[in-house]
Amino acid sequence: MSLGSIPMRYRVKIDREQCMECMRCIDNCSYGVFREENGKIHIDSRNCTVCHRCISMCPRDAIDLHERPVDYRSHPLWTPEAREDIINQARGGKIILSGMGNAKPYPVIFDRLVLDACQVTNPSIDPLREPMELRTYIGKKPKQLHITKNEAGDLELETELSPNLKLDTPIMIGHMSYGAISLNAQLSLAKAAAKVGTYMGTGEGGLHEHLHPYQNNMIVQVASGRFGVDIDYLERGAAIEIKIGQGAKPGIGGHLPGEKVCADISCTRMIPQGSDAISPAPHHDIYSIEDLAQLVRSLKEATNWEKPVFVKIAAVHNTAAIAAGIARSSADAVVIDGFRGGTGAAPKVFRDNVGIPIEAAIASVDQKLHDQGIRNKLSVIASGGIRNSADIAKAIALGADAVYIGTAALVSMGCRVCGNCYRGLCPWGIATQREDLVQRLDPEIESEHVANLINSWTLELSEIMGAAGINSIESLRSNRSRLRGYMLDEGTLEVLEVKPVGA
Amino acid sequence: MTSRTINAKNMHYTPLNKRIKELVKTGVQEIVLENVLGQRFIANGLRGKVTIHIHGVPGGDLGMFMSGPTCIVHGNCEHAPGNTMAKGKIAIHGSAGDAVAHSMRGGKIFVRDNIGYRGGIHMKEYGDNPAVLIVGGLAQAFLGEYMAGGKIIVLGSGSDRAVDGREIGSGIHGGEIIVRGDVDEKQLGVGAITEDFGKEDLDAIKPLILEFCESFSLDPKQYLDTKYTRIVPASSRPFAGKYTWE
Repeated sequence: MSLGSIPMRYRVKIDREQCMECMRCIDNCSYGVFREENGKIHIDSRNCTVCHRCISMCPRDAIDLHERPVDYRSHPLWTPEAREDIINQARGGKIILSGMGNAKPYPVIFDRLVLDACQVTNPSIDPLREPMELRTYIGKKPKQLHITKNEAGDLELETELSPNLKLDTPIMIGHMSYGAISLNAQLSLAKAAAKVGTYMGTGEGGLHEHLHPYQNNMIVQVASGRFGVDIDYLERGAAIEIKIGQGAKPGIGGHLPGEKVCADISCTRMIPQGSDAISPAPHHDIYSIEDLAQLVRSLKEATNWEKPVFVKIAAVHNTAAIAAGIARSSADAVVIDGFRGGTGAAPKVFRDNVGIPIEAAIASVDQKLHDQGIRNKLSVIASGGIRNSADIAKAIALGADAVYIGTAALVSMGCRVCGNCYRGLCPWGIATQREDLVQRLDPEIESEHVANLINSWTLELSEIMGAAGINSIESLRSNRSRLRGYMLDEGTLEVLEVKPVGA
Repeated sequence: MTSRTINAKNMHYTPLNKRIKELVKTGVQEIVLENVLGQRFIANGLRGKVTIHIHGVPGGDLGMFMSGPTCIVHGNCEHAPGNTMAKGKIAIHGSAGDAVAHSMRGGKIFVRDNIGYRGGIHMKEYGDNPAVLIVGGLAQAFLGEYMAGGKIIVLGSGSDRAVDGREIGSGIHGGEIIVRGDVDEKQLGVGAITEDFGKEDLDAIKPLILEFCESFSLDPKQYLDTKYTRIVPASSRPFAGKYTWE
């Protein structure tokens, strides 16, 4: 007995009166929704992924798109999604793969935190007239400075400083590998990072030679597959990041299927063409916090202790204790990726159910490091679901030094968060290696868009800070008294160390 | 050939490596390290054509990210010599710990005696320089786990079972593991299968065996027959077919 087909998820319609039959929808859709037959455009709605490419390119606004045009019997528990996943798995006995970040409607803590502003008793600052300090240094800070006076009477710093990254804005671009995204997408991000004075991550996919001109703005990643990692790669990066975990899929590895390993990707990852690139769940030389310290020191030793080393972990239940261990390892920063972090592909059950929100993770890590008197030893970088400048301000007030953005940067290049990244057909030229699709993305133009986004958020941050009477980002960091929780439960408020509204 | 000696007694690894890098920069072709006792990361990220003789026991991650040099260890090694190594050679006149040749991408590691667990884990190959690990003695369980390329040869000297442990080649999706003598089916990990070892296979590894034996002044004759088991991946795509789309 056949299970039959499930109802179509989206229905695409063309307003035939509006349509001028320019066929742009056919050219633009890489999923095969549109086709021409006898001079007429035919539609197969089942192929639609809601990537909006056709809609954005239609000169007449003739395309209509509706989600779930077919109703199920409504039920609060047995949602259409629950039923469809079961049917899917009953058919094939397989793990369901998904893209982008957590898609379950968990409450967003950021949206239940409100920021403070000055009124009467303390003056706000006008960023138009007053200098606002958003410069951020990522890396170890000395606990105290020793200064001596030399014979000429000048002051000299005796304390040896650790290498730090200098950011003109607390916004960095997170790690998305060549393979997960296209070279043009990486180029756009790299150009943008250089333009706005920040950094971007390479992901675990090596560093293509076209990115070498931007290497001073790139953080190279060392993950469990060690793909693309050699001494040349390590020396090129402005900093090195050890990836232990990822918010979208804590506790598991990843793999780039062999069909995506083309000649160019094989070259940057340093593996044979067509071979699966499997990143195991653990690093096989890390089985303890001491082993992690050894890898940190090994990377430092290889690069003459000249580069900051970051450790990226997924936000999980004991993140704070892990971060405290990392702080004692010679690492310079910890990156915490919350459970809303994006991905090219992750098992849906992980994406939607494993890990904790970034807001809680930052607060508990920051508090633990403060409690142990080692906050200066480690910068905290927050990532996973940062959507706007308010999220950044709140993340910093909860204890982050800087944030990584990923999905937001992709959206600024055209991505509509359709979540089909793993299919390699991204019509925006981002999550694909198909040459004709990649060519749609012009790094000159898209780097401008990404830079614009970071610049707007930086402007908004200075406005938010000015309104709160704060003229330096350092005075916002861990400044939880400038936050209030709105409709947050007592337990969460306690973890965040934030008072409720009105208190 | 210009040669220099460093007495590593009581020396921390950072000044030791700094000194090695300085010497290599000035064109020294041979460096002798005396009294090495547990210093980690020796020759870490080192480039060039230098040969380093290490007397004593180096600590973990010897030659990690190394790209070109030769390290000859006159003694035993700690864990993970040749970790993520790209080019060059490490010859160990003794035994080594766990995770030898971890993620190694190219070059050669010769271990005269035994190695610990997870030898050759996630070893790879790229271009015309596949990673090679040859063990003269025995290897423990999880040999060649997650292996993605390159060649592991275990000669099992002095024993009739070169590998006694299980989970050999668990998750293997590239490369080959060649073990002297027989390997039981139950010793194989998921994704690994055995293949017959024939005359052509011997011809393929013969230059490596000769080079290995020469490094340790061994008689190669005892190894030049077809009494080996060849372990290869059942598929280069172990995860294909595991997933369905959302």
